[in-house]
Amino acid sequence: MSDNKSKEALPIVITNPWERLRAFTDARIGLGRAGISLPTHQLLAFQLAHAQAQDAVHCSLECDTLANELSAALSLNQTPIAAHSQAVDRATYLQRPDYGRRLNDASRETLQQAAESGQRFDLAVVIVDGLSALAVQQNSVPFLTALYRAFENDQREWQLAPLTIVEQGRVAIGDEIGALLNADALLVMIGERPGLSSPDSLGLYMTWAPEVGLKDDRRNCISNVRPAGLKPEEAARRLLLLLNEARQRKLSGVQLKDRSEDSVLEGTSGGSTQNFLVAD
Amino acid sequence: MAQTYHTTVGSRRYRFNGLAELMAKATPPRSGDRLAGVIAQSAEERVVAQMVLAELPLCTFLNEALIPYEQDEITRLIIDEHDVDAFAPLKHLTVGDFRNWLLSDHATSDVLAAARPGITPEMAAAVSKLMRNQDLMLVAKKCHVTTAFRNTIGLPGRLSTRLQPNHPTDDVTGIAASILDGLLYGSGDAVIGINPATDNVAQSIKLMRLMDDVIQKYEIPTQSCVLTHVTNTLEAIEQGAPVDLVFQSIGGTEATNRSFGFDLSTLAEAEAAAQTLNRGTVGRNVMYFETGQGSSLSADAHHGLDQQTCEARAYAVARKFNPLLVNTVVGFIGPEYLYDGKEITRAGLEDHFCGKLLGVPMGCDVCYTNHAEADQNDMDNLLTLLGVAGCSFVMGIPGSDDIMLNYQTTSFHDALYARRVLGLKAAPEFEQWLAKMQIFQDVASYQLNDQLPAAFANSLRHLPKEAARDV
Repeated sequence: MSDNKSKEALPIVITNPWERLRAFTDARIGLGRAGISLPTHQLLAFQLAHAQAQDAVHCSLECDTLANELSAALSLNQTPIAAHSQAVDRATYLQRPDYGRRLNDASRETLQQAAESGQRFDLAVVIVDGLSALAVQQNSVPFLTALYRAFENDQREWQLAPLTIVEQGRVAIGDEIGALLNADALLVMIGERPGLSSPDSLGLYMTWAPEVGLKDDRRNCISNVRPAGLKPEEAARRLLLLLNEARQRKLSGVQLKDRSEDSVLEGTSGGSTQNFLVAD
Repeated sequence: MAQTYHTTVGSRRYRFNGLAELMAKATPPRSGDRLAGVIAQSAEERVVAQMVLAELPLCTFLNEALIPYEQDEITRLIIDEHDVDAFAPLKHLTVGDFRNWLLSDHATSDVLAAARPGITPEMAAAVSKLMRNQDLMLVAKKCHVTTAFRNTIGLPGRLSTRLQPNHPTDDVTGIAASILDGLLYGSGDAVIGINPATDNVAQSIKLMRLMDDVIQKYEIPTQSCVLTHVTNTLEAIEQGAPVDLVFQSIGGTEATNRSFGFDLSTLAEAEAAAQTLNRGTVGRNVMYFETGQGSSLSADAHHGLDQQTCEARAYAVARKFNPLLVNTVVGFIGPEYLYDGKEITRAGLEDHFCGKLLGVPMGCDVCYTNHAEADQNDMDNLLTLLGVAGCSFVMGIPGSDDIMLNYQTTSFHDALYARRVLGLKAAPEFEQWLAKMQIFQDVASYQLNDQLPAAFANSLRHLPKEAARDV
């Protein structure tokens, strides 16, 4: 599109010369325009991402498949326990977070039976569908494989309670399960609220001395565990650090927050800290 | 003791225990009120509550506090600062009369502005519950609220945008890329405002400098803001950081705000501190507040009130501190408070109306999360309705996708759509700058420049040489 061409000869879709900045960010910049509107291919790319995120919210967890995969990958000697919250379906789950935080009666009985021996455990791991069953389905096996390996290499021994898989659950449902299973510490692995570019993000919540009614200030969170985000090995490494510190100090949550809080993030664009807009 | 309200419809007798219950049951349906257990039990009960509410004298709200005066500093703020003289023309009205009065030809822009100090948030909330969406738009459009810092926000026929260049790791190049994209699509006259990925003082100062450098270099008549906690911004001011606007999320009850870690005295201190910097050129409004229905319930601090009444009370907090911008982040909180596009739309129009009626420079983050029953079409509808209603500003983000906060809001393209279809302009100072910088070929006909403007072409030559980020 040279300057001396008439207006009529200009292309219908105007591309943005700064499109190449997309190499430095996932933000949807430089999309171009038809008039002032999104070009068709960008419109459809957005719709696809939104469709995937919505599907991630509404797809149900395939519990049996996941249980079988975990049993095989982790050489479990006991099939994971299947549990369900008080939210009967997704529509209820989305509108009643309080129901998603508590087990239904049948699940509570199952867990009580599982804990009949009264044995104490160092850690209970609870897998919860949350807002993305997709995240749980895809990331549980790689993450737990890395975590179990980290446990094997740790100097302390870790007695693990039976694995539990929960449908229609929120983070706090783990507190009830951890308490029923007589666990000193609790790890909840839960599907996070899907982002447009990240429908598959797994969140990890660690709590010392779980019991019903705990607030968020007692939990430590590691977020964005997924292939394009935090890798399973790194997530497992960070979690084990937190677990060991919780075990040593017998607490979790804000009091355990790491000291990197006051650091300045330097970003990821090749270590660049220079603002190109004001470079000269 | 709270009064009980009775009425009979056909053979059925309805009873409402107190003003809070009456207000809640008169509220158009939404999931947050259902979650709180305050919602009407049937469609008929809702309309009956609206009918009873319509008969209620407006001055009831001055005599019966929804949250006791002794327990809540926002109730005290509302009651202590109520202007009896401004209320005089309204004092004989019922809530139902008030709706008629607002819609009448007597209520001109000047009359409405004069009445503001006499109107309490509860009166605004109550009347909004009787109003249809078109009423909310028609009255809001008559309420002109103008504020200024380096440009003028809220003039009739104008629609401003917050440029929101968020990045999941606060990466400098990533943020600068989104700022460039936004400016070249004509966005950013309300504010260039970043939600930091890491919320601490050092990080905030880094981002404040980044934006200040850009604003200075290109001489942009706009302001910047880092949306960090008010106490962090106070510390940044002490450390000499270039603070234009002070941000805080606010709610409509003292307990909500305490759960956010501040009270009214903190906001007063922050406004005073920002004023001492004297960084505005055409005005001295230095605060940026965000609100949203459901925040009080979420903090378990709603005192049994419906979420829309709590929200309106937040505007009493806002107007006390002369903000440049107040933003209701309407769809961000999730479907347990506003379930779908219909509920989000209604809430957005209510918030905008109540804010404008109370004299607050109201904008709206027209948005949704992926677990809400909403999509881009719902956002197009609400954006258009708010543009019709004279909304002061909306968000602008690349391609509607906030890659840091994981939600969808209006894009740079969306704002241009609203401006074109409704004939709305950017803030006048910013509009001149867009023409001067040749970002638009023709500002009057909303024609963007097809070529890269010279000042920015030069900047692109300074891109980092590294091929791309390490994913």
